[in-house]
Amino acid sequence: MKLTIEPRLSSSWRLAVFIPLFSLAAALFSGGVFLYFMGVSPFQAYRAILTASLGDAYGLSETVVKAIPLTMTGIAVMLSFTMLIWNIGAEGQIFVGAIAATAVVRFFYTDSRPVMLIMMFLAAGAAGGIWAAIAGFMRAKWSVNEIITTLMLNYIAMNLLNYFVFGPWRDPSSLGFPMTPPFPDTARLPVFWGTRIHGGLILAIILPLLFWLVLKFTRWGYEIRVMGENPRAAGFAGMNYLRNVVLVMFISGAIAGIAGMCELSGLQGRLQHGFSGGYGFTAIIVAWLARLHPFAIVLVSFLMGILLVGGETLQIVMRLPLSSIMVLQGMILFFVLGGEFFRKYRIRSVKDDDAVPLQAAPSGEEK
Amino acid sequence: MTLSLFRRHRPERRNNMEIIIPILTAAVRSGTPILYATLGEIITEKAGILNLGLEGIMLVGAYTGFSVAYSSGSAWLGVGAAFLVGTLMGLIHAFICVTLKGNQVVSGLAITMFGTGASSLLGREFVGFTIPGLSRIPLPVLSDIPVIGPVFFNHDALIYSSYILVLFFCWFFTSTRPGLNLRAVGDNPRAADAMGISVTGTRYFYTLLGAGIVAVGGAYMSLAYTKMWGELMTAGRGWIAVALVIFAIWNPARAAFGAYLFGGVEAFQLRLQTAGTTIPTPVLMMLPYLMTIGVLLFISIKKGKGILFGAPASLGAPFFREERD
Amino acid sequence: MNTEQPLVHMEGITKRFAGVTANFGINFEVRRGEVHALLGENGAGKSTLMNILYGLYRPDGGKIFISGKEISFSSPGDARKAGIGMVHQHFMLIQSQTVWENMILGLDGLPLVLPRREIRERILGISEQYGLQVDPDAYIWQLSIGEQQRVAILQMLFRQANILILDEPTAVLTPQECEHLFETVRQMTAEGHGIVFISHKLDEVMGLSSRVTILRRGKLAGTLDTSSTTKERLAELMVGKKMVFSIDKKELARGRPVLECSSLHALGDRGFPAVSGASISVHEHEILGIAGVAGNGQQELCEAMVGLRKAESGSVRVKGEDMTNRAPKDFIDRGVHYIPADRKGTGLVPNMKVSENSILKRYWKRPVSKGFFIKWNEVAAFAIKLVSQFSVSTPSVETPVRNLSGGNLQKLMLGRELSDDPAVVLAVHPTWGLDVAATCFVREQLLFHRERGGAVLLVSEDLDELISMSDRLAVMCKGEIMGVLERPADVPVESIGLMMAGTAISEKTFGGEGSQE
Repeated sequence: MKLTIEPRLSSSWRLAVFIPLFSLAAALFSGGVFLYFMGVSPFQAYRAILTASLGDAYGLSETVVKAIPLTMTGIAVMLSFTMLIWNIGAEGQIFVGAIAATAVVRFFYTDSRPVMLIMMFLAAGAAGGIWAAIAGFMRAKWSVNEIITTLMLNYIAMNLLNYFVFGPWRDPSSLGFPMTPPFPDTARLPVFWGTRIHGGLILAIILPLLFWLVLKFTRWGYEIRVMGENPRAAGFAGMNYLRNVVLVMFISGAIAGIAGMCELSGLQGRLQHGFSGGYGFTAIIVAWLARLHPFAIVLVSFLMGILLVGGETLQIVMRLPLSSIMVLQGMILFFVLGGEFFRKYRIRSVKDDDAVPLQAAPSGEEK
Repeated sequence: MTLSLFRRHRPERRNNMEIIIPILTAAVRSGTPILYATLGEIITEKAGILNLGLEGIMLVGAYTGFSVAYSSGSAWLGVGAAFLVGTLMGLIHAFICVTLKGNQVVSGLAITMFGTGASSLLGREFVGFTIPGLSRIPLPVLSDIPVIGPVFFNHDALIYSSYILVLFFCWFFTSTRPGLNLRAVGDNPRAADAMGISVTGTRYFYTLLGAGIVAVGGAYMSLAYTKMWGELMTAGRGWIAVALVIFAIWNPARAAFGAYLFGGVEAFQLRLQTAGTTIPTPVLMMLPYLMTIGVLLFISIKKGKGILFGAPASLGAPFFREERD
Repeated sequence: MNTEQPLVHMEGITKRFAGVTANFGINFEVRRGEVHALLGENGAGKSTLMNILYGLYRPDGGKIFISGKEISFSSPGDARKAGIGMVHQHFMLIQSQTVWENMILGLDGLPLVLPRREIRERILGISEQYGLQVDPDAYIWQLSIGEQQRVAILQMLFRQANILILDEPTAVLTPQECEHLFETVRQMTAEGHGIVFISHKLDEVMGLSSRVTILRRGKLAGTLDTSSTTKERLAELMVGKKMVFSIDKKELARGRPVLECSSLHALGDRGFPAVSGASISVHEHEILGIAGVAGNGQQELCEAMVGLRKAESGSVRVKGEDMTNRAPKDFIDRGVHYIPADRKGTGLVPNMKVSENSILKRYWKRPVSKGFFIKWNEVAAFAIKLVSQFSVSTPSVETPVRNLSGGNLQKLMLGRELSDDPAVVLAVHPTWGLDVAATCFVREQLLFHRERGGAVLLVSEDLDELISMSDRLAVMCKGEIMGVLERPADVPVESIGLMMAGTAISEKTFGGEGSQE
């Protein structure tokens, strides 16, 4: 009795949904084991996570608050990943967008709220877009690996932020904490229903819908999909791969930058050190878990929000640091990667001296 | 007799040397963790596997080295433990990429995340502690050579080991049977497989070994460079190493050159900071990352498509023997 | 007639791949000193059977006996220990390494530190013995294909192979290099080796082998003594019915030039010159064939003529209009359609559906697209029409293209390119790997297109196909056009071979209408 691995001919949608769920379950199980070793009861921990995030209206709203930037950045990342461009720099693009928005508040203040917000929006988008397009251009023109360049730009953006909040933009009344003075009301996005859910919610709903439409029904969306699946065939069909690399990176960075602006303008009200809790990286997990489908990104962002809100609770209640969430995220990715295997291949047992053919060879088959 | 002649510096030279030599020395110290990481990644990539988890592995190595050294009192035990833990992380990556044929980029990212989180989590009880760590051992004759002596031969044993490692790998790839097999697996796994070389075995071995070496680089940071543990103390060195592999065109000697170049930039930047320059700290700290981009750009523009010649041809793609053409 | 044990005896071999039975109950044997040809169409299962013998694949059923003893191989290493060697179509050589490094790859008993001098001496010794010249220090990528093949053969002889399997060795050689190969084969049989010669070319099989086994669609169709059979009988066994070899081609007067290039220079992927001053023209009602050994610039020439590759100098004209270095879309809009050889690589997107692939060259045109949007119902309608017109066998137009067989992929691509009567079609290796029915269909379509006034540029490595299909035949070697023959059927094959190898010959040398040397 031997086992062989062979690729699956077709994969049903059942597999596509069931396997990631199963992987998630396996990940949570191992996470439970991990928690146990940390001296925490997994059941208590998971229950605490769920009650904190879904148990009451406040928790739910906080989960949504976390899901908003994740969705937006997830869409940003999804766009570039669809073209097989690995934009790992979403974190830096968020930072740069936030910096640009803060600069607008600081230097171009007006009394009109809509004007203020629009300017911040545009500045954040442009800044994030350019930040990403730099890496895109280098990849397009000289085949410079975009994973490394976007990552390096992350670190540079982080330092840029530090420069501003520790230095010239620091709030003099903040007792030395690295943050800017709070934004005036005209620079703030509206909040809803007495919670902290802010105007970014609108974008978090529109963007997935928009890009689902674009990818599925427009010419440009078709081009992106072809370029991601087979760049050579794309070139052969006359598509301009190089120009699209830069364009897609720009848009991707712009969305991430705007996500940064929303975090500032809607939630935190000022620019401060470490304002983005690693959303840029979490978004990569979200996009990948969602298999690059816009609607799934919304769902996965929400689930991730649950994890993050729960994580904060665990930190307070059970004194588990936030880095444990990172460990859990890594484990989830491992299991999902493993699960992918079962989606693409299947294991068959082969018996030795059995010469029963499955079917006659069809005509025209190679070799 | 002749040695004492060397020791007397001529007056005019004194000032320049006094500035340059310490920087060069610091460059070597600072570049060593990157060098280890780059060497580890070179052998992994030469087998055809892309491991982007270096940052996470280095952090885990730094933590493991520190905690074991602290608890046991022996820095070398720490190095050994770091190596072992590194290979464990390499094992996860190898399992996902080789056996399960998973996406190598995402797997590497997952390892980075996992390693960063795990090291922060476990290391929080060690923040701020110090250990004696590895001590400086000036080599008898060699450290007296003017300029080269203090720069290269007045360090701790891990740095000396890195020299040996560079020389070893240079020889290994070109003149030994296993080195030839390694290159074959990376360049044309189908041919290597047909010639009886185990592609799976080779890839597993070098992914594990490479990850172990990367972890030693991380351990160097906490055991010798700072002799302390701090969260996220590698500050992106793992990623710089990934870039350096390309810059080095997968050649160990060039890797050393690149690593020390980086070390130099960092040492220079630190000197500027302590000398009280008006340039704000965050701007200075951007230097290494800007340099990485610059270096990558330079090599890509100069070599163009020729870069592909140095790269192992099968890098990043899973190998599947029964695949039909 | 010898009654000694055959070197190799395979019995009842069966092998399945995902969904397909490649070999079903096949018996095969090789004797000492014989050249045993393994004949069959592309897809008949020849390479699969030999890959099993060489230990690359594990059979799902059946037994293998080496000199009478039953052995099962779990790897090529086992097979080599048993004395079996194989030279694949795509050589198992490491391009970036030297000859001597490739020669000893995976060799048993090598010390840790490689003894270079000893190795070089052994290589030179064996190459002397068999008359196969090689330079041990050369890098593989520096060698010509013929030289690389020599290295691959030596690699096996170096490991004391008794039985040598050659998989379609002549596919990449000029006629002269083929002669050298046949000499080598004869020498090896004289030394007592048993040779398996996989081919789908009847002439070679008739000329070289002592026995021939024919496979058809994974099953054994027969094993015959070559001396007692004919080409026609072999063809019949290969295909399963009596084959008529003629192609129905009408004599047509040539029309105006549709696609021309003059003094075209282009670089290859690695920056070296691939096309060096080529000038050709394709006319309405004409098929211009391009003959040449693979890798002499044919591909690059086509790409430069459709805007996919930069022309360093020279010009490209479409219907008289200068189109040098214009964008590919401009060429497509003017009716220049390119069918690449590499179906799953360049021509199609494997993971996308049939319908999505069918519009690859027209997704910006009406009615499929309107404004920014693509109208998928129009796309489906177009795809359905295409599929039925070109007999593409697929469960539906929503099926991912990667599930289709090679023949259907080619029909789909052909349909896509021919469907709106383009001015000129550039077809590169269009019938490679297809069964007889599909091959006939493709050729018919190209001829039909020619009748309707279109132009065809046909690149193929099948000289027979080129000679019978082309109105005119150009021969390329090292990026240059060695000559354009007005009456390819009247020219002796050896002369074409000389041109393929680099000798420029004008047609007058052939004595006009006659065909004497």
